[in-house]
Amino acid sequence: MEDTVLKLGKYEFNSRLFVGTGKYQTFDIMKEALEASGSEVITVAVRRANIGGKPGESLLDHIDKDKYTILPNTAGCYSADEAVRTALLAREMGISDLIKLEVLGDENTLLPDPVDTLKATETLVKEGFTVLVYTSDDPIAAKRLQDAGATSVMPAGAPIGSGQGILNPNNIRIILETLSVPIIVDAGVGTASDVTVAMELGCEGVLLNTGIALAKDPVKMARAMKLACESGRLAHLSGRIPKKLYANASSPLKDF
Amino acid sequence: MQINVNGENKECSTETSVSKLLESLDIDNRYIAVELNHKIVPRTQFNEMILRENDSLEIVTFVGGG
Repeated sequence: MEDTVLKLGKYEFNSRLFVGTGKYQTFDIMKEALEASGSEVITVAVRRANIGGKPGESLLDHIDKDKYTILPNTAGCYSADEAVRTALLAREMGISDLIKLEVLGDENTLLPDPVDTLKATETLVKEGFTVLVYTSDDPIAAKRLQDAGATSVMPAGAPIGSGQGILNPNNIRIILETLSVPIIVDAGVGTASDVTVAMELGCEGVLLNTGIALAKDPVKMARAMKLACESGRLAHLSGRIPKKLYANASSPLKDF
Repeated sequence: MQINVNGENKECSTETSVSKLLESLDIDNRYIAVELNHKIVPRTQFNEMILRENDSLEIVTFVGGG
């Protein structure tokens, strides 16, 4: 079945699975997992440079920049100001004007701070960024972020790194019905079926990191996530049958 | 003179440029961004931007993340 490309501002992607680069045991495993995931967009974080770091130790030396679009994040920021500063630094590296904006509320839940997330979205949109914004699954908050000019709104399926899957599919459905920008589920995905659920609901993509990086076999799990994303997308496009209470025989019921 | 780099106090000679500092600290300058006293220094100014006593620098790069 022919599918359309996923458009995010001036960017176009065939793969709808976005993967992170954190928590891998080695760069080699990461590289293999990225390859197996089929992803075209990979996320990275901004941190202080290692003073005295030897050439070859940079994460970006292990990533084919012609093949992947780099999506820097503002992970670890707890205020709009910090997130904006991080985004500006990320852009200064000259690799991408995309930003995965996340402004967190506290360290235990890693849930987004809705007020500062909105403020930072407004500022970064004005600064000309292509803003992909992490939010809770609250449909009203999601709408406000769209109205502020976000290119994509990315509700959490469940708390970051929790692997609990899509906890409130109803909220995701309401977000999908209410918003017109691409919706990408970001965070909380534990296994392949979680990705499929998000895609079957009609999300335009899924972003995940821990589910692959901390699986016993990250490369196999990356492939599983790729297939799950494609399956879910195909099922969504195919138009599933309605759920019914009673049986409906597949074989003719008449006698010979 | 004394400057602060990523939270650490460092000694450097006067007339040190951002480029020179990066070189002396063995920092791979391909994938970094630099803030001098909380203002971003564009890459094109690394050579000409001269550091002063008590300057504070943040040098960041990309690391693994989700």
